[in-house]
Amino acid sequence: MEGLRELYQELILDHKRHPRNFRVIADATAAVEGHNPLCGDHLWLYVKVEGDRIADVAFQGEGCAISTASASLLTESLQGQSVAEAERLLQEVIALLTEGKGSAEALGKLGVLAGVRDFPSRVKCAMLAWRTLEAALAGKGTPSVTTE
Amino acid sequence: MGEMHAAERSRLWSPERVRGDFPALSLKINGFPLSYLDNAATTQKPKVVIERLAYFYAHENANIHRGVHRLAELATAAYEGARERVRRFVNARSVEEIVFVRGTTEAINLVAASLGTLWQRGDEVVVSAMEHHANIVPWQLLAERQGIGVRVLPMNEAGELEVEKLPELLTPRTRLVAVTHVSNVLGTMNPIAEIVRMAHAAGALVLVDGAQAVSHLAAVDVQALGADFYCFSGHKMFAPTGIGVLYGRQELLAEMPPYQGGGDMIRTVSFAGSTFADPPYRFEAGTPPIAEAVGLGCAIDYLAQWDRQAAEEYEQELLDYTIARLRAVPGVRVLGSPQRRIGVVSFTLAGVHAHDLGTVLDRYGVAIRVGHHCAMPVMDFYRVPATARVSLAMYNTFEEIDQMVMALEEARRLLG
Repeated sequence: MEGLRELYQELILDHKRHPRNFRVIADATAAVEGHNPLCGDHLWLYVKVEGDRIADVAFQGEGCAISTASASLLTESLQGQSVAEAERLLQEVIALLTEGKGSAEALGKLGVLAGVRDFPSRVKCAMLAWRTLEAALAGKGTPSVTTE
Repeated sequence: MGEMHAAERSRLWSPERVRGDFPALSLKINGFPLSYLDNAATTQKPKVVIERLAYFYAHENANIHRGVHRLAELATAAYEGARERVRRFVNARSVEEIVFVRGTTEAINLVAASLGTLWQRGDEVVVSAMEHHANIVPWQLLAERQGIGVRVLPMNEAGELEVEKLPELLTPRTRLVAVTHVSNVLGTMNPIAEIVRMAHAAGALVLVDGAQAVSHLAAVDVQALGADFYCFSGHKMFAPTGIGVLYGRQELLAEMPPYQGGGDMIRTVSFAGSTFADPPYRFEAGTPPIAEAVGLGCAIDYLAQWDRQAAEEYEQELLDYTIARLRAVPGVRVLGSPQRRIGVVSFTLAGVHAHDLGTVLDRYGVAIRVGHHCAMPVMDFYRVPATARVSLAMYNTFEEIDQMVMALEEARRLLG
């Protein structure tokens, strides 16, 4: 099916089957819980910031293919980046997924997440990890975020 | 007429007799004919109900119980006519026992808020382990407000309540047992009459959540069940949203204080104080959903023209077929195996999250519910974050189940 292949591209399925950085960071500078109460997607995002650089980022949790792949791709693309770069990526992904703004191509691998735009009920699945990252970077000690 | 075998009887029912009455059932979704298997969430509406709403607004629209003009009289007659239809539908003794509310959730909240004010700190309620959040949270709110204890009647792996454990949960302080007639996740039909006997023997009342029962069973008889309160929603039985029913035994409703204050529920009002109307009006403050109530009455008339026994037996055969087909799919786990299951079955597919499953099925025109079904304790019991749920109505066909299983196989190939 055309639409389904757009949503469940090989890259998404690969990250769903083999999530990257699926672990706990014991000495994380931020550990934030993300939860989607409607569907039960649930994850913990761990970020370790050293100076202005993301020294390590990882996650654990359970959820659908989209939320798992989105979290996995997030950790892969932010590993070792500067905090400023992470914030730029975060804004671009949010703009792309929620408003359809910007270009999927410019986001590289992360552009694969744009497939959810044709599935409105699934956008929040893709957004969960990113909303959780937003709280982690804001550093307000937010214990948990929800997408609804 | 002699006793007829169930399978023979179910042949008296053909979904094709009613499908044409439901406009939504001929929709195409993503190029496929809609297979609507989400009836536990809400059923589709027959043309007569849709047209009844339009007729009310075009020909009878006025507020009720006030005004002496012609339209006010027509509207009041239509609204109270619906109440009498509901009375007959559940075999209540009198219309005074039928309170119109927004739905099952409001019915339970009404009882908790109103009856609860008559209880003392340290009194208890028992809720079952398979309740919808609507039959858990109102009791928890009451517990917080008034220091009421909430105890849980457990269930077993088969998805059946451990009713034999109820007597040990009942104490002299137990005021009420809140239990669902049919589980919205597992489809389990609970032995209400037996639960009522045990509860009454201990001096406790019984509130039954009938939301998933009324559209499936050939008949619901509140007197035969012995329930003190019976709650259900119109929209799950072919009627509009926004209308539901609280049945309460007259002597109980009579001693219960108002739930909300406003117009229509009073006898006299002065700044020194007010006196209140008798049930059911005491509990119907403000302008109720008039057209929706009339629509519910119309849905009851619609159901009454069919052989509901034959429809129930047909649905049972279709459910057995659904479960057999699901169990034959590698990786499918059907939740529970209750002796008596009505209209609903939940399952998981190994390696595929329920939400992905729901999205794939939708692409093939198949509508099911995925998630926790507002019953997180049941999810916790089976240690699953979410399930897929198929729920039937009298208009569903064997072909729709085949389409669902075909799409399930596709999901397994794509995502498993």
